[in-house]
Amino acid sequence: MQAFKTLTSTAVPLPVDDIDTDQIIPARFLKATSRDGFGDNLFRDWRFDSTDSLIVDFPLNNPVFEGQILVTGSNFGCGSSREHAAWAIGDYGFRVVISSFFADIFKNNALNNGILPVQLEDEAVRELLHAIQQNPNLKLTVDLENQVVTRDDTSQKFSFEINPYKKLCLLNGFDDLDYLLSKQSVTSTYAENMPDWRILKR
Amino acid sequence: MPTLFDKIWQKHVVTQVENGPDVLFIDRHFIHEVTSPQAFDGLRKRGLPVSRPDLTIATADHNVPTINQHLPISETLSRKQVEMLTTNCEEFGVELYGLGHPFQGIVHVIGPELGITLPGVTIVCGDSHTSTHGAFGSIAFGIGTSEVEHVLATQTLLQAKPKQMRIHVDGELGEGVTSKDIILYILSRISASGATGYFVEYCGSAIRRLSMEARMTICNMSIEMGARGGLIAPDEITFNYLKDKTFTPKGEAWKQALNEWQELYSDRGASFDKELYFRAEDIEPMITYGTNPGMGIKITEAVPSSTKIEENSRENFLKSLKYMGLDENQSMEGTDVNFVFIGSCTNARIEDLRAVAKLIDGKTKAENVTAYIIPGSRQVRDQAESEGLDKVFIQAGFELREPGCSACLGMNEDKIPKGEYCVSTSNRNFEGRQGPGARTILASPLTAAATALTGKLTDVRTYLAQTHASI
Ligand code: SF4
Repeated sequence: MQAFKTLTSTAVPLPVDDIDTDQIIPARFLKATSRDGFGDNLFRDWRFDSTDSLIVDFPLNNPVFEGQILVTGSNFGCGSSREHAAWAIGDYGFRVVISSFFADIFKNNALNNGILPVQLEDEAVRELLHAIQQNPNLKLTVDLENQVVTRDDTSQKFSFEINPYKKLCLLNGFDDLDYLLSKQSVTSTYAENMPDWRILKR
Repeated sequence: MPTLFDKIWQKHVVTQVENGPDVLFIDRHFIHEVTSPQAFDGLRKRGLPVSRPDLTIATADHNVPTINQHLPISETLSRKQVEMLTTNCEEFGVELYGLGHPFQGIVHVIGPELGITLPGVTIVCGDSHTSTHGAFGSIAFGIGTSEVEHVLATQTLLQAKPKQMRIHVDGELGEGVTSKDIILYILSRISASGATGYFVEYCGSAIRRLSMEARMTICNMSIEMGARGGLIAPDEITFNYLKDKTFTPKGEAWKQALNEWQELYSDRGASFDKELYFRAEDIEPMITYGTNPGMGIKITEAVPSSTKIEENSRENFLKSLKYMGLDENQSMEGTDVNFVFIGSCTNARIEDLRAVAKLIDGKTKAENVTAYIIPGSRQVRDQAESEGLDKVFIQAGFELREPGCSACLGMNEDKIPKGEYCVSTSNRNFEGRQGPGARTILASPLTAAATALTGKLTDVRTYLAQTHASI
């Protein structure tokens, strides 16, 4: 996994609440069997109409907005557990998503792919959305070590929480699997002592 | 005092990370064609085997056609994805209930009906509706593909213990009101994010009275309020359902299991981070009007007025109504509906098909309606045929197809056309969920069936009164 320490970038505003993973990547694009290329269909039905023409007023299609940070409404990533949503966001070029809260599975999926979900107060997210819309050149610095987002224009800081274990993983690019594999002997002992009824016999 | 959830969790902790999550042992891992290929790839790259193929259960469901399942899949990408599952299962020694297998079906339908799902176990799958299995008193939740890889490789998962909520539903449901209405009602009260970060235990006299299949419908939609999962303490109804199923423990093991299962309840005085109370008598047949499952109303109510919606959410509310082609304050009962979908892991088990068959027996669907019945599994379909339900469906003009997820997520050819309303027994009414531009109205199988008969969004109670039909 790619490590994440700090990032300074302009941001793309997407002020919609309850964005579900079906919007992030519709089911019909889940047929691929690798992790690559999902960025092309990120927010497919919001970026393109039924004739595949660009919908110009959608923020991701607006050339004034670009950057590696997506700032969006609350309850981001609800619905299906498809990790393809996190892959699509990463493949499109985002490293950070800022929202006032994330659906649980999406948050895990993002973290497992080196994408940082930054959860800020509702007010702060609204303020940032507004500021970016007013000034698309506004840069944000996301500093994971110190758990803080800083606006480059006003130097205003917003701090965020993250699980200490997940933070450690992300800062170093470790993934859970290395850790779980290192515990295999404990797991085997555990499994040997399980009651018989719990073991599936087919 | 431990909760039901605490008791199961505790028994599955292999070890703890300092300041971090627990390493949980996973008893049952379901996989399917859409969220597993990249996980198998990961194993291959690291040269790892599947740690416990005996605890890994594979089926093809999301991306399979619902007609001519005996023929090769015509759409190339879908065919490749399903073939990839077969190849992966062969290479890694996992038994596959693929197309044509008598056990094939939607993962969350086959687990319980085969007796693979049990009380007191941990269950995961790369699918959010894994919450369904919680109806048996298990800890069951959906995971992403990286986590699928972790479980394949180690049969364990790193998880932080979630907060816990308990939802009480007491009282007696009225005629024509089902467990689907209970969960849509709760959702309409607490919203699509009302339980984010929680695991939910359902209890109360109205829940106790429900059959296992009805309980599954409720736990299935826990994820729709943001919860990782939902669970219900097992009881005699659970044990009777499981006894003698294909893979349930037998003999001594069954006795041993029953002994442990009797202890699976939240102790008196167990504390929850949040408790909510509902009365069954307040619940009526429910429908959704918007583009998330929390946007629901009683079928007798009007779409809310935007003045009733919090200011911050108003824009999203209006955007939803525009997508659905509805106005605020409008009543939806009587709206013309051309598509009815009876299927999905929420409501495509044998009881659902029986309920539909009973209502439509001897009647014919309205001419404007295309009504699909997609059984949740091959066993459900076989059972329906052995009871003669297939004849009832055909006579009524409903199309009984082969098992799979189908128009629940519109990955195969079964899609609802742009702009059309579809009354659906599935669990998600997101924009485009059933096909680009499709407009989904979530409801119970009874509401869906009554709507198919009249061609208009119908209150099943009114239909019963007018036709003297019975359910
Ligand atoms: S039926 Fe629908 S909700 Fe259930 S597993 Fe399939 S796609 Fe998911």
